[in-house]
Amino acid sequence: MFKHCSIMPRLAVFAAIATFGIAAQAANITGAGSTWVYPLVAKWSAAYAKKTGNQVNYQSIGSGGGIAQIKAGTVAFGASDKPLTPEELNKAGLIQFPTAIAGEDLVYNLAGIKPGQLILSGPLVADIYMGKVTKWNDPAIAKLNPGLKLPAMNITVVHRSDGSGTTFTFANYLSKVSPEWKSKIGADTSVAWPTGVGGKGNEGVSSYVQRIPGSIGYVEYAYILENHMSYARMINSAGKVVSPSLKGFQAAAANVDFTKAKDFYVILTNQPGADSWPISGCTWQILRKDAPKATNEAVIKFFTWGFEHGQDMARSIAFGPLPPSTVSAIQTYWSKNLGI
Amino acid sequence: MKAYDAPITGQAPEHSAGKRMRFPADFLFRKLTGFIALLVAAILVAILIALLDEGSQALHTFGWGFLATTTWNPVTGKFGALVFIVGTLISSAIAMLLAIPVSFGIALFISELAPRWLRGPVSTAVELLAAIPSIIYGMWGLLVFAPWFSRLEPWINDHLGAIPGIGALFRGPPMGIGMLTAGIVLGIMVIPFIAAIMRDVFMITPAALKESAYALGATTWEVARHVILPYTRTAVTGGIFLGLGRALGETMAVTFIIGNSNNLNTSLLMPGSSIASVIANEFTEATTDLYRSSLLALGLILFLITFIVLVLAKLLLLRMERNAGGKP
Repeated sequence: MFKHCSIMPRLAVFAAIATFGIAAQAANITGAGSTWVYPLVAKWSAAYAKKTGNQVNYQSIGSGGGIAQIKAGTVAFGASDKPLTPEELNKAGLIQFPTAIAGEDLVYNLAGIKPGQLILSGPLVADIYMGKVTKWNDPAIAKLNPGLKLPAMNITVVHRSDGSGTTFTFANYLSKVSPEWKSKIGADTSVAWPTGVGGKGNEGVSSYVQRIPGSIGYVEYAYILENHMSYARMINSAGKVVSPSLKGFQAAAANVDFTKAKDFYVILTNQPGADSWPISGCTWQILRKDAPKATNEAVIKFFTWGFEHGQDMARSIAFGPLPPSTVSAIQTYWSKNLGI
Repeated sequence: MKAYDAPITGQAPEHSAGKRMRFPADFLFRKLTGFIALLVAAILVAILIALLDEGSQALHTFGWGFLATTTWNPVTGKFGALVFIVGTLISSAIAMLLAIPVSFGIALFISELAPRWLRGPVSTAVELLAAIPSIIYGMWGLLVFAPWFSRLEPWINDHLGAIPGIGALFRGPPMGIGMLTAGIVLGIMVIPFIAAIMRDVFMITPAALKESAYALGATTWEVARHVILPYTRTAVTGGIFLGLGRALGETMAVTFIIGNSNNLNTSLLMPGSSIASVIANEFTEATTDLYRSSLLALGLILFLITFIVLVLAKLLLLRMERNAGGKP
């Protein structure tokens, strides 16, 4: 009997060789994984190549693919929107560290209600996505929005159809604020949605929301900026009403003591702090402990460069740079685990 | 024509057998073509083995229940294929309901009714439709057809939805996307395939047969129904099943417009999911082994559904030939 999973890694190896074989020289490194972090890595690697002449090839094949590839040892780093648990890292001989902070928000299609006018809370969003609140003029929504004229329209829930880190972050947030969500649905890159329609990618969700009157969806912050969508303000864990912003995402990270969290296993949703944006997320880079030292050094050089010189580039595409305290925690982690 | 054909085909085996020794190229060519033909079969078997191997974890874990449960929950690691099997079969069935009559009309028009100058352009247009990549149909479906269809849906709700019994199939929010939209766009996608085959075989129906019927006073419809269709039914059935095979496995266009809800709904206006669309959606982020194995097991099921459809088509053809007494 064949062992399962025997063919895919081999196919992956083949694909990696076919893609990178020609370009694989000493200074070139390859990475694969998260589509969320792709714009940032692409921007950093282009600037990095110009400065240093070293190429970083990144394939945005999805977090699941990134984890599989780094486990198979076909790439120098894998990127995932969902952190691996310290036990899983230990078992596979891997390490992980965060790269940049991003956030997402709810968008809606309601005639006459302008961007930022609607206020929602975590438990309310959980009820909407569980199909318990089905009308826009539901008392629960009206209570948070006394000044708004809410229509007696049905709410059409829009979620991601493809597995994604955006869904993981969103569902993780709802799990933290709604015990019922946690027990019935939980959090993963795809979940068993009780209701609604699924759009493929952020662009799929935003196009459904723009098309269907009375709909609500969740998309990354960058898409809200690009498409000028009607976004909601949220009530965070400190009870304050906040708008999505890079400052809010960074505030969520600043309140986390990364030095205490083993292998940076912290999810940035629903963090304390008056300015913290509640649906903030992060992408992790995953490295192999047993990779050739030169490979890991090259990867670390690239990300160190990004942390130091790539902050404005990150901000320009709606990614929040890591706070300095986090960067120094990452450097300590590297030297402890990789000796670099 | 017949008189010239017969002696040549009669002589051919003897002819080539006599020269085989002197021309090893013949022998090599025969081996080469044979090898290529066997390679196709080998690839088919290899795909089947790979799917069985990769999907075995899911099939072992869930057993036959995999086919009969509607749960698809990556968080708890419980997977069942029923929602997707139903979605695949229903969307393809809607597509065939639409595509078969329309294709028949197109083929009949081109072969019997159209003025000679119009035949070429219409035929080319049908063939061009077949060459459009499926993602273009998907985008057209999402950006053009769905908004238009969402304006039609309140009417469907009020009229078809009011019919007792089957009305439940036509009630739902007017979103423009869902099972019915997916079926209609799939239907449009397979029309060129079925229509092109029907046209080709309608054209080769011997003029003598058709003209005899016309001479007896038959109308165009009667000629089509009683002369052309019986003469060409083997090829027509083949064309229909080719279209069905394409509809079953279509991925991108369906993913755009089916609504991607992993729940079973009675109404055709509600969002659904097909086997191909859920694989396309979830494969990249399937982070656990069991999750990925379940998706590959879905692939195996799609493979088997397509295989069963082909076998049914063959059986149907055999029965039709037997009933017709072996005549074409």
